[in-house]
Amino acid sequence: MALIELKNLTYHYPLTNSPALQDLDLEVQEGEFLAIVGANGAGKSTLCYTISGFIPHFFKGELAGSVSVAGIDPTKAGLGEFVQKVGLVFQNPFNQISGSKFTVYEEIAFGLENLGIDPAEMRERVDEIIRLTRIEDLKDRSPYALSGGQQQRVALASILVMRPQILVLDEPTSQLDPIGSQEVFQVIKDMALQGMTIIMAEHKVEWVAEFADRILALSAGQAIKLGTPREVLGSPELPEHGIGISRYTQVARKALQAGLWPEKRSMPVTLDECVQGFQEIIA
Amino acid sequence: MNIEIKELVFAYPNGVLALEGVTVGIPTGSLVAIVGQNGAGKTTLVKHLNGLLRPTSGLVQIGDWDTRQRSVAELANRIGFIFQNPDDQLFCRTVKEEVQFGPRSLGFENDRIETLVEAALELTELHEKASQNPYDLSPAWRKMVALASILAMDTPIVVMDEPTTGQDAVSIERISRIVQSLHGSGKTVIAITHDIDFCAENFERMIVMRQGMVVLDGPIQEVVAEREMLASTYVEQPQITRLAKRLGFSTIVYKPDDFIRVLHDS
Repeated sequence: MALIELKNLTYHYPLTNSPALQDLDLEVQEGEFLAIVGANGAGKSTLCYTISGFIPHFFKGELAGSVSVAGIDPTKAGLGEFVQKVGLVFQNPFNQISGSKFTVYEEIAFGLENLGIDPAEMRERVDEIIRLTRIEDLKDRSPYALSGGQQQRVALASILVMRPQILVLDEPTSQLDPIGSQEVFQVIKDMALQGMTIIMAEHKVEWVAEFADRILALSAGQAIKLGTPREVLGSPELPEHGIGISRYTQVARKALQAGLWPEKRSMPVTLDECVQGFQEIIA
Repeated sequence: MNIEIKELVFAYPNGVLALEGVTVGIPTGSLVAIVGQNGAGKTTLVKHLNGLLRPTSGLVQIGDWDTRQRSVAELANRIGFIFQNPDDQLFCRTVKEEVQFGPRSLGFENDRIETLVEAALELTELHEKASQNPYDLSPAWRKMVALASILAMDTPIVVMDEPTTGQDAVSIERISRIVQSLHGSGKTVIAITHDIDFCAENFERMIVMRQGMVVLDGPIQEVVAEREMLASTYVEQPQITRLAKRLGFSTIVYKPDDFIRVLHDS
C-alpha cells in the first residue's frame, strides 16, 4: 500500500460553494519526492494541509472521499497522531514561529520538548539540524529579528528536527536567495534519499525539474497532470493553466516557432536538455 | 525626485553592523533592482528611504529632504513602500477601504482619491474583489492589495520588497506590467528581488549587495556578466545568460527574445 493515498477527494472550506480540491486521486510511495505546481488558488496549499491533517482538524470544512496518510485517516484520528508522522513547513514562516521562545536554538527545540525527548538527545538533534540547514550564525538570535529568508531556514529546521516520516513543504524557498534555495532543495533531496517522503508545493519549476521524482500539476482544485518532471513540465498545456515554465522551456518554444529547435526533440525542462537541443541546431 | 545615499552606516542596537558605508545615487525615473544574499542588508537599506530606520552615520536624502529631519508620515508623501509580507501592512475591512486609506491619510481631495483608487484597482486587477476582506483572499492576492494600496498614494518613488515571492506566472506578468506602467509615468521604481530572471527582464539597473556593502552597481547588461561576484553573494546569473554561456555565445544576453535573435544571426 502506498504511504499516502487520496481517493476521490473533494474538499470545501467552511462557507464556500466551490470546492478547493475536486475528485483528486493520488498515491505517493515511501521515500518519494513529489512536487505540486499550479497557479495561485489552484489548491496547492489546501493539498498540503490535507496531507498534514490541518484539514479537517484546523480548517474544518467538508471533506469527501478517502484520505490515508501513513495509515492514519485524518477524519478519525486526532492532530496529535499526525505530529509524529507528518511535519508541515508553512508558506509564511512568521506564522509558524511559536512566539514562546527567545532564541532560534530554543525555537528549533520546541517540537522536541513537546514530544518529551530526552534533553541530551534534544541538544544533539538540534545541533545537527542547525549545521545541516546552515544557520549556526543565527542560533542565539530572536526568531523574530531575522530576515524573511533566514526565518524560512529556521522554520524548515524546526520541522526537520522532528524527523517526520512525511515532510510537507508549502513554498519553502520563496524568500531565499537563489543559491540558498538550491541548498535547501539539496537538503530536502538528501532527506528523500534517506527514506523521508517529501511533498512540496513550489513555483520554482527550474528547481523542481532537477530535484523532484514526480510532479502533480493542479488547476482549479483538479489534477491536470501527474508524472515525471519531463512529462509534466514539458507539456504544452501548462501555460493555459497559469503554471509557469522555466526560461529554458520558454526559449525552446520560441525557438521552435522560429525553426531553431530540433523538431523531434521534446521541450527541455532543464539547462542541460536545453543546451543539448541548441547544440544540435548550432552544429 | 532624486535619491542620494552617502556613506550610510547602520548598526542595530546590539551592535551588529547591517550597512557598512553605502553610497548610491538614484535619479528620478530610475528602474532599479537590488539583489544579494539573505541578510546582505537590502531591506535595511530601503527602510532608510521612508524613515523606518535612521542612519547611524551618513546621509539619506529624498529630493531636498534629509530623512533625519522628517517623520515617517511626511516621507510617505514621497516614498511608497510595499512590504515583503503583505500581512504587515493590511488592516482594513475591505480591499477598497484598504486602498483608500493611503491617499486619504495624505489628505488628497475626494475626486483625486476616487481616481487614484480606481486606477490602482484596475492595474492590480482587484476590481471584482474590492468589497472583500483582504484576509479572505489568498496570500498572493493580498500582495496585490498591498501593492494597490501603495499605488493609490501616487508617490514619485515606489519601493517593492520581494514583489514576486509566492506569485504564479500570471501574477508575475501582472507585476511586470505594473512596473512598466509606473516607469512609463516617470516614477522611480526600486525593487528588492531574488528572482534574477524577473529582474533582468524588467529593470534597467542592478545594485548587488553583500554583507552590508554594495559590490556591483550598473546596467543589467554589465552586472549579469559578473558571474563570480554574483555567486559570492548567492545570486546566480539569469537562466538565459547561463544558457548562452554554455553554448559559447560571445555576447551577454539575458532575455529570451535576445537569445533567439543572437542564435538566428549566428
